[in-house]
Amino acid sequence: MSNDVAIVGVGMHPWGKWGRPFQSYGVHAARAALADAGLDWADVQLVVGGETVRNGYAGYVAGATFAQALGWNGARVATAYAACATGAQALDTARARILAGMCDVALVVGADTTPKGFLAPNAGERHDDPDWLRFRLLGMTNPAYFALYARRRIDLHGATPEDFALVKVKNARHGLANPCARYRKEVTLDEVLASPVVADPLHLLDICATSDGGAAVVLTSQDYARRRGLAALRLRAVATVAPTFPNTVIEMPNFATDSSAAVAPAERTFRDSIAHAAYEEAGLGPEDVSLAEVYDLSTALELDWYENIGLCAPGEAEKLVRDGVTAIGGRVPVNPSGGLACFGEAVPAQALAQVCEVVWQLSGRAEGRQVEGATVGVTANQGLFGHGSSVVVSV
Amino acid sequence: MASANAAPAVEGWFTSGEAPALLGTRCARCRTVFFPREAAFCRNPACDSDQLDEVELSRRGRVWSYTDARYQPPPPYVPRADPYEPFALAAVELEAEGIVVLGQVADGHGVADLAVGAPVELVVEPLYTDRAGVVRTVWRWKPVAAAGEGRA
Repeated sequence: MSNDVAIVGVGMHPWGKWGRPFQSYGVHAARAALADAGLDWADVQLVVGGETVRNGYAGYVAGATFAQALGWNGARVATAYAACATGAQALDTARARILAGMCDVALVVGADTTPKGFLAPNAGERHDDPDWLRFRLLGMTNPAYFALYARRRIDLHGATPEDFALVKVKNARHGLANPCARYRKEVTLDEVLASPVVADPLHLLDICATSDGGAAVVLTSQDYARRRGLAALRLRAVATVAPTFPNTVIEMPNFATDSSAAVAPAERTFRDSIAHAAYEEAGLGPEDVSLAEVYDLSTALELDWYENIGLCAPGEAEKLVRDGVTAIGGRVPVNPSGGLACFGEAVPAQALAQVCEVVWQLSGRAEGRQVEGATVGVTANQGLFGHGSSVVVSV
Repeated sequence: MASANAAPAVEGWFTSGEAPALLGTRCARCRTVFFPREAAFCRNPACDSDQLDEVELSRRGRVWSYTDARYQPPPPYVPRADPYEPFALAAVELEAEGIVVLGQVADGHGVADLAVGAPVELVVEPLYTDRAGVVRTVWRWKPVAAAGEGRA
Protein backbone atom coordinates (compact mmCIF):
# COMPACT_ATOMS: atom_id res chain seq x y z
CA MET A 1 0.00 0.00 0.00
CA SER A 2 1.54 3.24 -1.14
CA ASN A 3 1.91 6.19 1.21
CA ASP A 4 1.41 8.56 -1.69
CA VAL A 5 -1.43 11.02 -1.96
CA ALA A 6 -2.37 12.85 -5.14
CA ILE A 7 -1.60 16.49 -5.87
CA VAL A 8 -4.44 17.51 -8.17
CA GLY A 9 -4.21 21.29 -8.21
CA VAL A 10 -1.96 24.21 -7.33
CA GLY A 11 -2.45 27.96 -7.40
CA MET A 12 -0.75 31.15 -6.36
CA HIS A 13 -1.39 34.83 -5.94
CA PRO A 14 1.55 36.69 -7.49
CA TRP A 15 4.22 37.80 -5.01
CA GLY A 16 4.65 41.53 -4.51
CA LYS A 17 4.13 44.31 -2.02
CA TRP A 18 0.40 44.70 -2.45
CA GLY A 19 -0.53 45.87 1.04
CA ARG A 20 -3.78 43.92 1.29
CA PRO A 21 -4.99 41.56 4.07
CA PHE A 22 -3.31 38.16 3.87
CA GLN A 23 -6.58 36.26 3.44
CA SER A 24 -7.22 37.96 0.09
CA TYR A 25 -4.05 36.37 -1.32
CA GLY A 26 -5.02 33.04 0.22
CA VAL A 27 -8.48 33.05 -1.28
CA HIS A 28 -7.10 33.98 -4.68
CA ALA A 29 -4.58 31.11 -4.50
CA ALA A 30 -7.17 28.64 -3.18
CA ARG A 31 -9.63 29.40 -5.98
CA ALA A 32 -6.83 29.08 -8.54
CA ALA A 33 -5.80 25.71 -7.08
CA LEU A 34 -9.38 24.40 -7.04
CA ALA A 35 -9.89 25.54 -10.65
CA ASP A 36 -6.61 23.86 -11.58
CA ALA A 37 -7.86 20.64 -9.97
CA GLY A 38 -11.30 20.86 -11.58
CA LEU A 39 -12.89 20.64 -8.15
CA ASP A 40 -15.40 22.83 -6.35
CA TRP A 41 -14.97 24.46 -2.96
CA ALA A 42 -17.95 22.34 -1.92
CA ASP A 43 -15.83 19.20 -2.53
CA VAL A 44 -13.24 20.23 0.08
CA GLN A 45 -13.51 18.30 3.35
CA LEU A 46 -10.47 19.73 5.14
CA VAL A 47 -8.84 23.16 5.06
CA VAL A 48 -5.36 23.52 6.52
CA GLY A 49 -4.03 27.04 6.83
CA GLY A 50 -0.44 28.08 7.30
CA GLU A 51 -0.37 30.44 10.25
CA THR A 52 0.99 33.91 9.71
CA VAL A 53 2.36 35.62 12.80
CA ARG A 54 2.21 39.31 11.97
CA ASN A 55 -1.49 39.69 11.26
CA GLY A 56 -3.10 39.53 14.67
CA TYR A 57 -5.88 37.24 15.71
CA ALA A 58 -7.01 36.11 12.29
CA GLY A 59 -3.46 35.14 11.36
CA TYR A 60 -3.22 32.75 14.29
CA VAL A 61 -6.33 30.86 13.17
CA ALA A 62 -5.50 30.78 9.49
CA GLY A 63 -7.39 27.58 8.64
CA ALA A 64 -10.68 28.99 9.86
CA THR A 65 -9.91 32.41 8.36
CA PHE A 66 -9.51 30.94 4.88
CA ALA A 67 -12.57 28.70 5.36
CA GLN A 68 -14.66 31.70 6.35
CA ALA A 69 -13.33 33.84 3.51
CA LEU A 70 -14.12 31.12 0.99
CA GLY A 71 -17.59 30.77 2.56
CA TRP A 72 -18.19 28.36 5.46
CA ASN A 73 -18.78 24.95 3.98
CA GLY A 74 -18.73 22.76 7.08
CA ALA A 75 -15.23 21.41 6.33
CA ARG A 76 -12.83 20.47 9.09
CA VAL A 77 -10.12 23.05 9.74
CA ALA A 78 -6.56 22.97 11.04
CA THR A 79 -3.79 25.54 11.36
CA ALA A 80 -0.07 24.82 11.17
CA TYR A 81 2.94 26.85 12.26
CA ALA A 82 6.53 25.87 11.51
CA ALA A 83 8.20 29.16 10.56
CA CYS A 84 9.54 28.86 6.99
CA ALA A 85 8.40 25.23 6.89
CA THR A 86 4.82 26.18 7.76
CA GLY A 87 3.39 25.32 4.34
CA ALA A 88 5.01 21.88 4.35
CA GLN A 89 3.72 21.13 7.82
CA ALA A 90 0.23 22.15 6.68
CA LEU A 91 0.67 19.84 3.70
CA ASP A 92 1.77 17.04 6.02
CA THR A 93 -1.31 17.52 8.20
CA ALA A 94 -3.57 17.24 5.15
CA ARG A 95 -1.69 14.21 3.86
CA ALA A 96 -1.94 12.41 7.20
CA ARG A 97 -5.70 12.84 7.37
CA ILE A 98 -6.09 11.58 3.81
CA LEU A 99 -3.82 8.58 4.43
CA ALA A 100 -5.76 7.79 7.60
CA GLY A 101 -8.88 7.54 5.46
CA MET A 102 -10.51 10.42 7.31
CA CYS A 103 -11.03 12.57 4.25
CA ASP A 104 -10.57 12.48 0.47
CA VAL A 105 -10.09 16.12 -0.49
CA ALA A 106 -7.98 18.67 1.37
CA LEU A 107 -7.11 22.27 0.57
CA VAL A 108 -3.83 23.64 1.95
CA VAL A 109 -3.36 27.42 1.93
CA GLY A 110 -0.61 29.78 3.04
CA ALA A 111 -0.53 33.53 2.64
CA ASP A 112 1.29 36.47 4.16
CA THR A 113 1.56 40.22 4.09
CA THR A 114 4.92 41.55 5.27
CA PRO A 115 6.36 44.76 6.69
CA LYS A 116 9.13 46.74 5.03
CA GLY A 117 12.79 46.14 5.80
CA PHE A 118 14.31 43.61 8.20
CA LEU A 119 11.93 41.13 9.78
CA ALA A 120 11.82 42.24 13.42
CA PRO A 121 10.45 40.60 16.57
CA ASN A 122 7.20 41.46 18.34
CA ALA A 123 7.14 44.73 20.30
CA GLY A 124 7.38 45.15 24.07
CA GLU A 125 10.04 44.28 26.65
CA ARG A 126 10.42 40.54 26.06
CA HIS A 127 13.40 39.46 28.16
CA ASP A 128 12.51 35.76 27.98
CA ASP A 129 12.19 35.74 24.19
CA PRO A 130 15.44 34.86 22.39
CA ASP A 131 14.05 36.36 19.19
CA TRP A 132 13.70 39.71 21.00
CA LEU A 133 16.95 39.45 22.93
CA ARG A 134 19.09 38.76 19.85
CA PHE A 135 18.12 42.19 18.52
CA ARG A 136 18.52 43.95 21.87
CA LEU A 137 21.81 42.39 22.96
CA LEU A 138 23.49 41.71 19.62
CA GLY A 139 21.66 43.60 16.85
CA MET A 140 21.66 40.20 15.14
CA THR A 141 19.35 40.41 12.10
CA ASN A 142 18.43 37.46 9.88
CA PRO A 143 20.91 38.50 7.16
CA ALA A 144 23.68 38.44 9.79
CA TYR A 145 23.06 34.72 10.31
CA PHE A 146 23.08 34.16 6.51
CA ALA A 147 26.37 36.08 6.40
CA LEU A 148 27.98 33.74 8.96
CA TYR A 149 27.27 30.78 6.67
CA ALA A 150 28.48 32.71 3.63
CA ARG A 151 31.74 33.68 5.32
CA ARG A 152 32.47 30.04 6.14
CA ARG A 153 32.11 29.15 2.45
CA ILE A 154 34.75 31.79 1.69
CA ASP A 155 37.19 30.92 4.46
CA LEU A 156 36.78 27.12 4.25
CA HIS A 157 35.93 26.42 0.60
CA GLY A 158 37.48 29.35 -1.25
CA ALA A 159 34.14 30.73 -2.41
CA THR A 160 34.14 34.31 -3.71
CA PRO A 161 31.54 37.08 -3.73
CA GLU A 162 31.41 36.47 -7.51
CA ASP A 163 30.23 32.89 -6.88
CA PHE A 164 27.43 34.18 -4.70
CA ALA A 165 26.51 36.78 -7.31
CA LEU A 166 26.33 34.04 -9.97
CA VAL A 167 23.46 32.48 -8.02
CA LYS A 168 21.53 35.76 -8.17
CA VAL A 169 22.23 36.16 -11.88
CA LYS A 170 20.99 32.62 -12.54
CA ASN A 171 17.84 32.95 -10.43
CA ALA A 172 16.98 36.35 -11.88
CA ARG A 173 17.15 34.81 -15.34
CA HIS A 174 14.98 31.85 -14.25
CA GLY A 175 12.30 34.13 -12.86
CA LEU A 176 12.00 36.35 -15.94
CA ALA A 177 9.07 34.41 -17.39
CA ASN A 178 7.40 33.45 -14.11
CA PRO A 179 4.10 35.34 -13.85
CA CYS A 180 4.00 34.83 -10.06
CA ALA A 181 7.49 36.23 -9.40
CA ARG A 182 7.81 39.71 -7.88
CA TYR A 183 11.14 40.60 -9.50
CA ARG A 184 11.32 39.82 -13.23
CA LYS A 185 14.45 41.57 -14.40
CA GLU A 186 17.88 40.39 -15.49
CA VAL A 187 20.60 41.16 -12.95
CA THR A 188 24.29 41.29 -13.85
CA LEU A 189 27.24 40.13 -11.80
CA ASP A 190 28.43 43.73 -11.55
CA GLU A 191 25.06 44.93 -10.30
CA VAL A 192 25.15 42.41 -7.45
CA LEU A 193 28.72 43.31 -6.51
CA ALA A 194 27.99 47.04 -6.76
CA SER A 195 24.98 46.81 -4.45
CA PRO A 196 25.71 47.89 -0.87
CA VAL A 197 27.08 45.36 1.61
CA VAL A 198 24.40 44.63 4.23
CA ALA A 199 26.24 42.03 6.31
CA ASP A 200 29.75 41.26 5.14
CA PRO A 201 30.26 39.40 2.77
CA LEU A 202 26.64 39.63 1.56
CA HIS A 203 25.44 42.44 -0.67
CA LEU A 204 21.88 43.73 -0.79
CA LEU A 205 21.23 41.74 -3.97
CA ASP A 206 22.52 38.54 -2.30
CA ILE A 207 19.70 38.71 0.25
CA CYS A 208 16.05 37.96 -0.39
CA ALA A 209 13.34 40.52 0.24
CA THR A 210 10.11 39.98 2.18
CA SER A 211 6.93 39.87 0.13
CA ASP A 212 3.18 39.51 0.16
CA GLY A 213 1.88 36.39 -1.54
CA GLY A 214 -0.31 33.34 -1.32
CA ALA A 215 -0.06 29.72 -2.45
CA ALA A 216 -2.42 26.75 -2.29
CA VAL A 217 -2.30 23.04 -3.01
CA VAL A 218 -5.23 20.61 -3.38
CA LEU A 219 -4.54 17.05 -2.22
CA THR A 220 -6.78 14.02 -2.65
CA SER A 221 -6.51 10.31 -1.99
CA GLN A 222 -5.14 8.36 -4.95
CA ASP A 223 -8.44 6.51 -5.10
CA TYR A 224 -10.48 9.72 -5.25
CA ALA A 225 -8.27 11.14 -8.01
CA ARG A 226 -8.80 7.97 -10.07
CA ARG A 227 -12.57 7.93 -9.47
CA ARG A 228 -12.93 11.55 -10.54
CA GLY A 229 -10.45 11.16 -13.41
CA LEU A 230 -8.24 13.99 -12.10
CA ALA A 231 -4.79 14.67 -13.52
CA ALA A 232 -2.50 13.98 -10.59
CA LEU A 233 1.11 13.97 -9.48
CA ARG A 234 2.38 11.86 -6.60
CA LEU A 235 3.27 13.48 -3.29
CA ARG A 236 6.04 11.05 -2.36
CA ALA A 237 7.41 12.59 0.83
CA VAL A 238 6.92 15.43 3.28
CA ALA A 239 9.77 15.55 5.78
CA THR A 240 9.38 17.93 8.71
CA VAL A 241 12.06 16.48 10.99
CA ALA A 242 13.43 18.24 14.06
CA PRO A 243 17.19 18.56 14.59
CA THR A 244 19.10 15.81 16.38
CA PHE A 245 20.90 16.76 19.60
CA PRO A 246 23.45 18.28 19.65
CA ASN A 247 22.65 20.71 16.84
CA THR A 248 26.11 22.23 16.35
CA VAL A 249 25.34 24.81 13.66
CA ILE A 250 24.30 28.25 14.96
CA GLU A 251 20.75 29.05 13.82
CA MET A 252 18.30 31.92 13.91
CA PRO A 253 17.28 33.20 16.44
CA ASN A 254 19.66 31.45 18.84
CA PHE A 255 22.60 32.84 20.82
CA ALA A 256 24.49 29.57 20.82
CA THR A 257 24.54 26.04 19.50
CA ASP A 258 23.85 22.96 21.55
CA SER A 259 26.89 21.70 23.43
CA SER A 260 28.71 18.64 22.13
CA ALA A 261 30.57 18.21 25.44
CA ALA A 262 28.68 15.04 26.36
CA VAL A 263 27.22 13.77 23.07
CA ALA A 264 29.07 13.77 19.74
CA PRO A 265 27.37 15.58 16.84
CA ALA A 266 25.14 13.44 14.63
CA GLU A 267 26.41 12.12 11.32
CA ARG A 268 24.28 14.67 9.43
CA THR A 269 23.78 18.34 10.19
CA PHE A 270 20.19 19.47 10.61
CA ARG A 271 19.99 20.83 7.07
CA ASP A 272 21.48 17.60 5.70
CA SER A 273 18.96 15.54 7.67
CA ILE A 274 15.90 17.31 6.24
CA ALA A 275 16.29 16.20 2.62
CA HIS A 276 17.74 12.86 3.72
CA ALA A 277 14.50 12.10 5.57
CA ALA A 278 12.48 13.05 2.50
CA TYR A 279 14.54 10.85 0.18
CA GLU A 280 14.18 7.92 2.59
CA GLU A 281 10.44 8.39 2.75
CA ALA A 282 10.16 8.64 -1.04
CA GLY A 283 12.48 5.73 -1.71
CA LEU A 284 14.46 8.03 -4.00
CA GLY A 285 17.85 9.72 -3.88
CA PRO A 286 19.52 12.88 -5.12
CA GLU A 287 20.52 11.04 -8.32
CA ASP A 288 16.82 10.76 -9.20
CA VAL A 289 16.13 14.48 -8.90
CA SER A 290 15.26 16.44 -12.07
CA LEU A 291 15.03 19.81 -10.33
CA ALA A 292 15.08 21.37 -6.88
CA GLU A 293 13.46 24.37 -5.25
CA VAL A 294 15.60 25.39 -2.27
CA TYR A 295 15.42 28.23 0.22
CA ASP A 296 17.81 30.88 -1.11
CA LEU A 297 17.37 33.34 1.75
CA SER A 298 20.79 34.36 0.53
CA THR A 299 22.69 33.45 -2.63
CA ALA A 300 25.38 31.74 -0.54
CA LEU A 301 22.76 29.69 1.27
CA GLU A 302 21.60 28.26 -2.06
CA LEU A 303 25.13 26.86 -2.43
CA ASP A 304 24.87 25.28 1.03
CA TRP A 305 21.63 23.63 -0.04
CA TYR A 306 23.29 21.98 -3.08
CA GLU A 307 25.35 20.06 -0.56
CA ASN A 308 22.55 19.59 1.97
CA ILE A 309 20.25 17.93 -0.59
CA GLY A 310 23.03 15.76 -1.95
CA LEU A 311 23.66 17.35 -5.36
CA CYS A 312 27.39 17.50 -4.57
CA ALA A 313 29.91 16.97 -1.77
CA PRO A 314 30.72 19.74 0.73
CA GLY A 315 32.86 22.43 -0.86
CA GLU A 316 31.82 21.60 -4.43
CA ALA A 317 28.75 23.81 -4.77
CA GLU A 318 30.65 26.74 -6.25
CA LYS A 319 31.76 24.53 -9.14
CA LEU A 320 28.14 23.55 -9.84
CA VAL A 321 26.98 27.13 -10.22
CA ARG A 322 30.09 28.18 -12.16
CA ASP A 323 29.57 25.30 -14.61
CA GLY A 324 25.88 26.04 -15.11
CA VAL A 325 24.86 22.64 -13.72
CA THR A 326 22.09 24.25 -11.67
CA ALA A 327 20.80 26.57 -14.39
CA ILE A 328 17.87 25.61 -16.60
CA GLY A 329 19.43 23.50 -19.33
CA GLY A 330 22.00 22.12 -16.86
CA ARG A 331 21.97 18.65 -15.30
CA VAL A 332 19.86 19.56 -12.26
CA PRO A 333 18.32 23.03 -12.34
CA VAL A 334 17.86 24.64 -8.94
CA ASN A 335 15.18 27.25 -8.34
CA PRO A 336 13.75 27.28 -11.87
CA SER A 337 10.96 29.45 -10.42
CA GLY A 338 13.53 32.17 -9.76
CA GLY A 339 13.59 31.23 -6.08
CA LEU A 340 13.42 33.66 -3.21
CA ALA A 341 15.73 35.89 -5.25
CA CYS A 342 12.76 36.66 -7.53
CA PHE A 343 9.95 36.15 -5.04
CA GLY A 344 11.04 37.48 -1.68
CA GLU A 345 9.84 35.57 1.32
CA ALA A 346 6.17 35.27 2.27
CA VAL A 347 6.80 32.91 5.16
CA PRO A 348 3.64 30.77 5.53
CA ALA A 349 3.18 30.57 1.76
CA GLN A 350 6.76 29.92 0.70
CA ALA A 351 7.06 26.17 1.25
CA LEU A 352 3.80 25.77 -0.70
CA ALA A 353 5.08 28.04 -3.46
CA GLN A 354 8.04 25.69 -3.81
CA VAL A 355 5.62 22.79 -4.28
CA CYS A 356 3.56 24.78 -6.82
CA GLU A 357 6.67 25.28 -8.97
CA VAL A 358 7.61 21.60 -8.80
CA VAL A 359 4.07 20.69 -9.88
CA TRP A 360 4.14 23.11 -12.81
CA GLN A 361 7.53 21.74 -13.86
CA LEU A 362 6.53 18.07 -13.60
CA SER A 363 3.32 18.66 -15.53
CA GLY A 364 5.12 20.56 -18.30
CA ARG A 365 3.37 23.87 -17.59
CA ALA A 366 6.32 26.05 -16.55
CA GLU A 367 6.17 28.25 -19.58
CA GLY A 368 9.39 30.07 -20.40
CA ARG A 369 11.34 28.24 -17.65
CA GLN A 370 10.51 24.59 -18.33
CA VAL A 371 12.95 21.89 -17.22
CA GLU A 372 12.56 19.41 -20.06
CA GLY A 373 11.58 15.86 -19.16
CA ALA A 374 11.35 16.54 -15.42
CA THR A 375 10.01 13.56 -13.46
CA VAL A 376 11.08 14.14 -9.84
CA GLY A 377 11.27 17.41 -7.93
CA VAL A 378 12.50 18.09 -4.41
CA THR A 379 12.00 21.14 -2.21
CA ALA A 380 13.97 22.14 0.87
CA ASN A 381 13.79 24.89 3.42
CA GLN A 382 14.70 25.77 6.95
CA GLY A 383 13.37 28.36 9.35
CA LEU A 384 13.40 29.48 12.95
CA PHE A 385 13.02 27.33 16.05
CA GLY A 386 14.24 24.00 14.62
CA HIS A 387 11.83 23.89 11.72
CA GLY A 388 12.65 22.67 8.25
CA SER A 389 11.00 20.73 5.48
CA SER A 390 11.60 18.84 2.30
CA VAL A 391 8.92 17.65 -0.10
CA VAL A 392 9.36 15.14 -2.91
CA VAL A 393 6.93 15.06 -5.82
CA SER A 394 7.06 12.74 -8.82
CA VAL A 395 5.06 12.02 -11.93
CA MET B 1 33.70 48.51 33.32
CA ALA B 2 33.53 48.78 37.10
CA SER B 3 31.62 52.05 36.94
CA ALA B 4 28.99 52.36 39.65
CA ASN B 5 26.62 53.60 36.99
CA ALA B 6 26.96 50.49 34.83
CA ALA B 7 24.83 47.35 34.79
CA PRO B 8 24.48 44.33 32.52
CA ALA B 9 21.97 44.69 29.67
CA VAL B 10 20.63 41.29 30.68
CA GLU B 11 20.64 39.80 34.16
CA GLY B 12 22.71 36.73 34.94
CA TRP B 13 24.20 35.99 31.52
CA PHE B 14 27.79 37.09 32.24
CA THR B 15 30.11 38.32 34.98
CA SER B 16 31.95 41.64 34.92
CA GLY B 17 35.24 42.63 36.51
CA GLU B 18 38.85 41.72 35.75
CA ALA B 19 38.23 38.42 33.97
CA PRO B 20 34.62 38.48 32.77
CA ALA B 21 32.96 35.26 31.64
CA LEU B 22 29.68 34.05 30.24
CA LEU B 23 27.44 32.30 32.75
CA GLY B 24 25.82 29.09 31.65
CA THR B 25 24.71 25.93 33.35
CA ARG B 26 26.10 22.41 33.30
CA CYS B 27 24.20 19.20 33.83
CA ALA B 28 25.40 17.51 37.00
CA ARG B 29 24.91 14.06 35.44
CA CYS B 30 25.98 14.21 31.78
CA ARG B 31 28.08 17.42 31.85
CA THR B 32 26.30 19.00 28.89
CA VAL B 33 26.67 22.79 29.00
CA PHE B 34 23.92 25.29 28.25
CA PHE B 35 24.15 28.93 27.23
CA PRO B 36 21.97 30.88 27.73
CA ARG B 37 21.35 29.00 30.97
CA GLU B 38 18.94 26.08 31.06
CA ALA B 39 17.71 25.91 34.61
CA ALA B 40 14.91 23.35 34.54
CA PHE B 41 15.85 20.18 32.63
CA CYS B 42 18.86 18.79 30.81
CA ARG B 43 18.17 18.83 27.07
CA ASN B 44 20.43 15.90 26.22
CA PRO B 45 17.78 13.41 25.03
CA ALA B 46 19.65 10.56 26.75
CA CYS B 47 19.69 12.34 30.11
CA ASP B 48 16.71 13.01 32.37
CA SER B 49 18.59 15.03 34.97
CA ASP B 50 17.07 18.17 36.41
CA GLN B 51 20.14 19.24 38.33
CA LEU B 52 21.92 22.03 36.49
CA ASP B 53 24.67 24.01 38.12
CA GLU B 54 25.85 27.48 37.18
CA VAL B 55 29.19 27.50 35.41
CA GLU B 56 31.51 30.12 33.92
CA LEU B 57 32.29 29.35 30.28
CA SER B 58 35.78 29.52 28.76
CA ARG B 59 36.90 33.10 28.22
CA ARG B 60 38.83 32.22 25.09
CA GLY B 61 37.66 30.61 21.90
CA ARG B 62 38.15 30.49 18.16
CA VAL B 63 36.10 32.26 15.51
CA TRP B 64 33.59 29.90 13.83
CA SER B 65 32.43 32.70 11.55
CA TYR B 66 31.89 36.44 11.52
CA THR B 67 30.08 39.31 9.83
CA ASP B 68 29.03 42.88 10.49
CA ALA B 69 25.89 45.03 10.60
CA ARG B 70 26.25 47.77 8.01
CA TYR B 71 22.67 49.00 8.50
CA GLN B 72 21.05 49.86 11.80
CA PRO B 73 19.16 46.83 13.13
CA PRO B 74 15.49 47.40 13.97
CA PRO B 75 14.23 47.82 17.57
CA PRO B 76 14.65 46.55 20.19
CA TYR B 77 18.27 47.19 19.14
CA VAL B 78 19.29 50.50 20.72
CA PRO B 79 21.77 52.45 18.57
CA ARG B 80 24.72 53.92 20.47
CA ALA B 81 25.46 56.69 18.06
CA ASP B 82 23.67 58.99 15.66
CA PRO B 83 24.51 58.67 12.82
CA TYR B 84 24.64 54.91 13.08
CA GLU B 85 28.03 53.23 13.42
CA PRO B 86 28.39 49.69 12.01
CA PHE B 87 29.78 46.95 14.27
CA ALA B 88 31.05 43.42 13.75
CA LEU B 89 29.60 40.13 15.04
CA ALA B 90 31.30 36.80 15.64
CA ALA B 91 30.25 33.23 16.36
CA VAL B 92 32.93 31.75 18.60
CA GLU B 93 33.65 28.11 19.30
CA LEU B 94 34.53 27.23 22.90
CA GLU B 95 36.42 23.97 22.77
CA ALA B 96 35.92 22.70 26.31
CA GLU B 97 32.17 23.30 26.20
CA GLY B 98 31.71 22.13 22.58
CA ILE B 99 29.53 25.16 21.96
CA VAL B 100 29.46 28.12 19.55
CA VAL B 101 28.36 31.44 21.10
CA LEU B 102 27.46 34.65 19.27
CA GLY B 103 28.59 38.06 20.35
CA GLN B 104 29.36 41.48 19.04
CA VAL B 105 33.02 42.13 18.36
CA ALA B 106 34.86 44.49 20.72
CA ASP B 107 34.95 48.19 19.91
CA GLY B 108 37.66 49.18 17.49
CA HIS B 109 37.66 45.83 15.66
CA GLY B 110 35.96 44.96 12.37
CA VAL B 111 35.73 42.05 9.95
CA ALA B 112 39.24 42.84 8.63
CA ASP B 113 40.62 41.83 12.04
CA LEU B 114 38.92 38.42 11.98
CA ALA B 115 39.32 35.04 10.29
CA VAL B 116 37.70 31.64 10.77
CA GLY B 117 39.79 29.89 13.41
CA ALA B 118 41.33 33.06 14.86
CA PRO B 119 41.59 33.31 18.67
CA VAL B 120 39.38 35.75 20.57
CA GLU B 121 38.79 36.64 24.18
CA LEU B 122 35.68 37.71 26.07
CA VAL B 123 35.42 41.32 27.23
CA VAL B 124 32.55 43.36 28.67
CA GLU B 125 31.80 46.74 27.10
CA PRO B 126 29.02 49.35 27.03
CA LEU B 127 26.10 48.45 24.74
CA TYR B 128 23.84 51.49 25.23
CA THR B 129 22.74 53.97 27.89
CA ASP B 130 19.21 53.46 29.17
CA ARG B 131 16.61 56.14 29.98
CA ALA B 132 17.76 56.29 33.62
CA GLY B 133 21.30 57.09 32.47
CA VAL B 134 22.65 53.64 33.35
CA VAL B 135 25.30 52.29 30.99
CA ARG B 136 24.08 48.85 29.97
CA THR B 137 26.92 46.43 29.27
CA VAL B 138 27.24 43.30 27.17
CA TRP B 139 29.82 40.59 26.46
CA ARG B 140 31.91 40.98 23.35
CA TRP B 141 34.61 39.00 21.53
CA LYS B 142 37.97 40.70 21.18
CA PRO B 143 40.65 39.48 18.76
CA VAL B 144 43.82 38.50 20.62
CA ALA B 145 47.31 38.87 19.23
CA ALA B 146 48.62 35.72 17.60
CA ALA B 147 51.81 35.82 19.70
CA GLY B 148 52.14 32.87 22.07
CA GLU B 149 49.19 31.10 20.52
CA GLY B 150 49.03 27.32 20.34
CA ARG B 151 47.68 25.22 17.51
CA ALA B 152 45.29 26.71 14.99
